Amino acid sequence: MKRLPFEKPLSELLDKIDQLKALAQSEGIDLSAEIAKIEERATMVRQDLYANLTPIDVVQIARHPNRPDALSLAMMITDEWTELHGDRQFGDDPSIIGGVGRLGDHRVVIIGHQKGHDTKENLHRNFGMPHPEGYRKAMRLMMLANQFQMPIITFIDTPGAYPGLTAEERGQAEAIARNLKVMAGLEVPILSVVIGEGGSGGALGIGLSNRLFMMQYAVYSVISPEGCASILFRDAKKADVAAKALRITASDIMSMGICHGILPEPLGGAHHDWQAVATTIQSQLIDTLRHYEGWTPEQWVTERWQHFRKLGPFIENGEPANMPSFC
Amino acid sequence: MSIVDWFAKKEKSNAQHAQSAKLNIPGDVWIKCPACSAILFQKDLEANHKVCGECQHHFRLSPAERIATMTDAGSFVSHDDAVGPIDFLSFKDTESYQLRIQKAQSKSQAKDAVLTGVATIQGVSVNVAVMDFGFMGGSMGSVVGEKITRTIERAIQNGHPVLIFSSSGGARMQEGIMGLMQMAKTSAALQQLATHRIPYVSVMCDPTTGGTSASFATLGDINLAEPGALISFAGPRVIEQTIRQKLPKGAQRAEFLLQHGMLDKVVHRKELPATIAKLLRLLTPPSLGTPLGTPPSQRSGS
Repeated sequence: MKRLPFEKPLSELLDKIDQLKALAQSEGIDLSAEIAKIEERATMVRQDLYANLTPIDVVQIARHPNRPDALSLAMMITDEWTELHGDRQFGDDPSIIGGVGRLGDHRVVIIGHQKGHDTKENLHRNFGMPHPEGYRKAMRLMMLANQFQMPIITFIDTPGAYPGLTAEERGQAEAIARNLKVMAGLEVPILSVVIGEGGSGGALGIGLSNRLFMMQYAVYSVISPEGCASILFRDAKKADVAAKALRITASDIMSMGICHGILPEPLGGAHHDWQAVATTIQSQLIDTLRHYEGWTPEQWVTERWQHFRKLGPFIENGEPANMPSFC
Repeated sequence: MSIVDWFAKKEKSNAQHAQSAKLNIPGDVWIKCPACSAILFQKDLEANHKVCGECQHHFRLSPAERIATMTDAGSFVSHDDAVGPIDFLSFKDTESYQLRIQKAQSKSQAKDAVLTGVATIQGVSVNVAVMDFGFMGGSMGSVVGEKITRTIERAIQNGHPVLIFSSSGGARMQEGIMGLMQMAKTSAALQQLATHRIPYVSVMCDPTTGGTSASFATLGDINLAEPGALISFAGPRVIEQTIRQKLPKGAQRAEFLLQHGMLDKVVHRKELPATIAKLLRLLTPPSLGTPLGTPPSQRSGS
């Protein structure tokens, strides 16, 4: 499994464990006591590293190639999962997946950005960067949910909407904007989980929801730290400084009142235990849907409107309004 | 975000200023058209609504110039001027956000990148918002989001249409995720507006990109644009940097969007007021302000 740059101290120990294991096997000697000792030490080092993560470390975890993807999570948390395809207008964008299934007692529509785990998959999925037809596919599935009164779950995991000529020609900006407007008026609950990378408008395009949860090591940002560094800091190497300044971690987003809950990840990140992640997400979503039982369609629309209406701090006649909790 | 382009242009224009200072050309008498290089007399240009008489290039307008050009003289009343930005993240890149705000405010004499209020346009009452590209690239932070939202809410109250002139590089990075959330806030407000059957005309001016184009600017019931305006999700430089794709000439200009079905009409600045007024008269239902689904017997108005 890919080791992240900040895991260097851990990496040496893991190499050592691999070497000892190989040696034990080839020479037929018992090194289990030594291996156990180093493994114990590795766990301590890992705990220490993960207790002191910087925002750019979290970005690396959020982008780990083995992180659980939207489609796998959808299959793991539902029964009778059936993937559905196409925007009914132009095509079927593999960067956005969607389908129907049962989550606990609820019939649900699930939509998500889809990244790959290796180069071949990523080329197919366009690295999780949707074209307009991806957003229109999402909208078509959300209309389906609205028609048949099914709650909508969205999994957010994208570097951003695809920035290229083909996307521009087919109206990338309009596709995202339209989703925002339509989502605001849907008469079903919408729950979103940022499972990895929440990249700007491309993330928000399926994220105007009643409740937004973030995985512990997920990030959500107006621009990538690298993009911000090269534009504002005039130095692409200052991504770490930009990541800190932008306040993109789950706890930052929560302190600004945008995220409603942080879902804990296994030690070392979600990529170490997909099943544990799926279980956490599943129980949070089922709990939340239970909370909404008995609500009327108007209540969901009103709750969404009231939530977004109060986002955005400003000063008026010397009085600050909508300030985040850390100020 | 395509605010990159704004920074690039700023650097270029600084260089140009330095050059004209050297040649000792008074910059406020003669203006060189950036499109056709014609040398234009400043007063002629202003009399022509800042459109080049040679090639019809549309220069950018300040909010005050836009109001003067588009609305009936003396009809504009501004609202929410007291809403100002706050550096709640204590954001600092090469310069602090606090300082950037101060500089932009003293340059523009306004608190942020949008002017909002009510006016009439050839006799038609409108709730109007005009974005100011001169204020930090017209970037949408919390103040822009709040004032646009209030403009839409005012329309729901007074029943008059919404008219927004966009000119913006996108979301304001210095406000982090809150810049992004303004896309959601303004779009959700437009959803509310739609249930009241109040028309919204969006006029995209040069440039309308990033988070602004991906929210309220492209959500008009009617989407208009000025000739030659750059309108895109990702700006040309972002596209070139991210995916190393060189765009064909004219891509992302208003005419390109019209061709691809993204705009209703590209309208010359001189004809904009008449076009807007005509469309608003045509679109406004006789029972304006009545929510969707209200039976005819309960509708108010003539």
